[in-house]
Amino acid sequence: MTDMLGDDGRETGGVSRRGFLRTAGLAAGGAALGGAAAAQEADPLITEVQDWASMTGEGVDATPYGMPIRFEDDVVRRTVSWLTADPISSINFTPIHALDGTITPAGCAFERHHSGAIELSKDDYRLMITGLVDRPLVFTWEDLQRFPRENHVYFCECAANSGMEWAGAQLNGAQFTHGMIHNMEYSGIPLRLLLEEAGVQPEGQWIFVEGADASSNGRSIPLEKAMDDVLVAMTANGEALRKEHGYPVRLVVPGWEGNMWVKWLRRIGVNHSAVEAREETSKYTDLMPDGRARKWTWAMDAKSVITSPSPQKPILHGAGPLVITGLAWSGRGAIERVDISLDGGVNWQTARIGTQGGRNALSRFYLDIEWDGSPMLLQSRAMDDTGYVQPTKDALREIRGLNSVYHNNGIQTWAVYENGAVENVEVGS
Amino acid sequence: MSKSVLKLLAATALTSLALPAVAQTFNLGRAALPEEIAAWDVAVEPDGTGLPEGEGDVFTGEDLWVENCAACHGDFGEGAGAYPVIAGGEDTLTNRRPVKTVGSYWPYLSTVWDYVHRSMPFGNAQILSADDTYAITAYILYSNGIVDDDFVLTRENFTDVVMPNAEGFYVDDRVETEFPIFTQEACMSDCGPAVHVTRRSTDLQSTPEGVITVLPPDRTAMASGTEDGAEDAAVTEEAPAEDAPVQEAAADMAPDPELVAAGEGVWRQCRSCHQVGDNARNATGPVLNGVVGRHAASVDGFRYSPVMQEAGEGGLIWTPETLDAYLEDPRGYMRGTRMGFRGLRDAEDRAAIIAYLQAHPG
Repeated sequence: MTDMLGDDGRETGGVSRRGFLRTAGLAAGGAALGGAAAAQEADPLITEVQDWASMTGEGVDATPYGMPIRFEDDVVRRTVSWLTADPISSINFTPIHALDGTITPAGCAFERHHSGAIELSKDDYRLMITGLVDRPLVFTWEDLQRFPRENHVYFCECAANSGMEWAGAQLNGAQFTHGMIHNMEYSGIPLRLLLEEAGVQPEGQWIFVEGADASSNGRSIPLEKAMDDVLVAMTANGEALRKEHGYPVRLVVPGWEGNMWVKWLRRIGVNHSAVEAREETSKYTDLMPDGRARKWTWAMDAKSVITSPSPQKPILHGAGPLVITGLAWSGRGAIERVDISLDGGVNWQTARIGTQGGRNALSRFYLDIEWDGSPMLLQSRAMDDTGYVQPTKDALREIRGLNSVYHNNGIQTWAVYENGAVENVEVGS
Repeated sequence: MSKSVLKLLAATALTSLALPAVAQTFNLGRAALPEEIAAWDVAVEPDGTGLPEGEGDVFTGEDLWVENCAACHGDFGEGAGAYPVIAGGEDTLTNRRPVKTVGSYWPYLSTVWDYVHRSMPFGNAQILSADDTYAITAYILYSNGIVDDDFVLTRENFTDVVMPNAEGFYVDDRVETEFPIFTQEACMSDCGPAVHVTRRSTDLQSTPEGVITVLPPDRTAMASGTEDGAEDAAVTEEAPAEDAPVQEAAADMAPDPELVAAGEGVWRQCRSCHQVGDNARNATGPVLNGVVGRHAASVDGFRYSPVMQEAGEGGLIWTPETLDAYLEDPRGYMRGTRMGFRGLRDAEDRAAIIAYLQAHPG
């Protein structure tokens, strides 16, 4: 399908058709290649009575709170140890390559801490509203239960997601290139209600939100956003927030970079201007080619990635029907369309949206193809309801240069080889 | 209608006047007390709002820096390990590898004061007094060449300091500069010449091992690495036979499991700098596997302070007793140690952490 010779004429694709058949046959154990028609001997898993069909299984309450079955024990968060100085102020990645649908199970949703995940009980929890308000207030966790609340599904993406890919393809796996994201259903109080309870004074134009952990991670948010769709969340996916996601209370800032979703939320200050804290000046700003930097780059632009096949999800079944699937999202609205290219961006076809996630939430897309077994250069391209089309990495670099760390929403390319292997690559003409 | 209800209604009416939209209130929560607000509302803004009274000079700041900050950021702000570099980096922001420091990048001095005071030192945060924070901030300015060594930073002169990169930031303009380009209709076919691979992630060794099960055909040579790994595993399997006597001996001295469990809790204070266990490596502090019973300053590849080096050469052995004394007051026990840790005042905590370390033999 694609010319996979490099600049130097080096064959990057690899093997001949016959070689492929041999390799794939070995890899897939032969029988699987031809699908159902290839079955020659009766399958003992069918003809013989298996233990699980004869003996009883585990009783109820064997695991009062269940974990995934042991066969799935590789579907876990993973870190990249060279990224940070220590594991306390660090990050790990959601195994998006191994998940389907759009909701991220909390147990494998990525973690990012600046001073470690703290243990803060509901009894010890306090939330204070201070600053330019008529009534500085303190709420307990029980107080918060008595405010009206709403449920919304939102993605939370770290601004540094795909940040290691600015200078070129680096990490080999969707988990590592795009796994600083999760998508959960939150129950929470509209922040507007808490601010109205305290009475924001006219000169109050910003809020400053802080965590209770030792980093006291603090971010400034314009009042307009705070009064719009920000939630003070207490549950995710129906259960109390996990410790690593800010138990018992975190901020949810739909569509905006994850660092603003302050965990273990302890104070909301109402100010006349932005605090310009460390995490909104030294970090989470975008250094441009002229040496100046963009600040307040809060919204996460439209983005997508094919989660399978991907480097950690090679094609093990050989040629034939192949499901291509992935995730798309936009911090400025809802995903309207996703296109997929099999040839590195020369030709595109529109994918089927499996789950339309809505505003500021993940959508799931599928493209069901008949793979002929030849190499492909897979790309996905998201479009949101503002008309924004996800750009190529080169188009972003043309504007932002190579020194950015954050907000890389460029199109990802996976090279698929004849043996079913998948690799993170970049392409050019 | 009672007088108090009337009062309440009047108050509500006033609130309604103050806000354009009539806000419903629930009368939940309680008034925050002045001392509570003082304890938590400590953020400092660029115009100095939030700064408390106080002052600090460069020399006092240097002492505090060495004690509290240098373990991670280096004696002169040059950074240690992968921790942030604080000083230097002038005129590097357009380089291929820019060095973003307080001097080269941070636009506001308030950010330095606020972050040091509210979030540092790492692992022992929110303990610095206002004067300490002024002093450390003064030292950071000095180490970046922004002030002279006789400089005293105060609340009064705070906003007089102009940061070198004060004009280096502008508000997000993506909507104006990028959207016109990125909202053009998406091309669907023959969108350009055929493409080829220009970069491959497998050219780098950046990805964690063990996550890729099928390699590109031309990379199968790399799979021999897996075979080497298998050989290593075989060697490891044989090894315990020789080690067995040692392990038995260790078992005789096995620490109290309850103490070890308690020590795991105390370990939280150590683990931001030290590692133990199978994959432990030197970080800000040396690997602590087998520390109980070994010579001080004996971990290969770790850069100890001169005074620790000297102690090791002089024969200091980390026994439960010497460790206990060191951990009670690290800087009192060994003036000049790079371990930026205030110590464990509680004898039970010390016994627990020593037991925990004993449970991690070398």
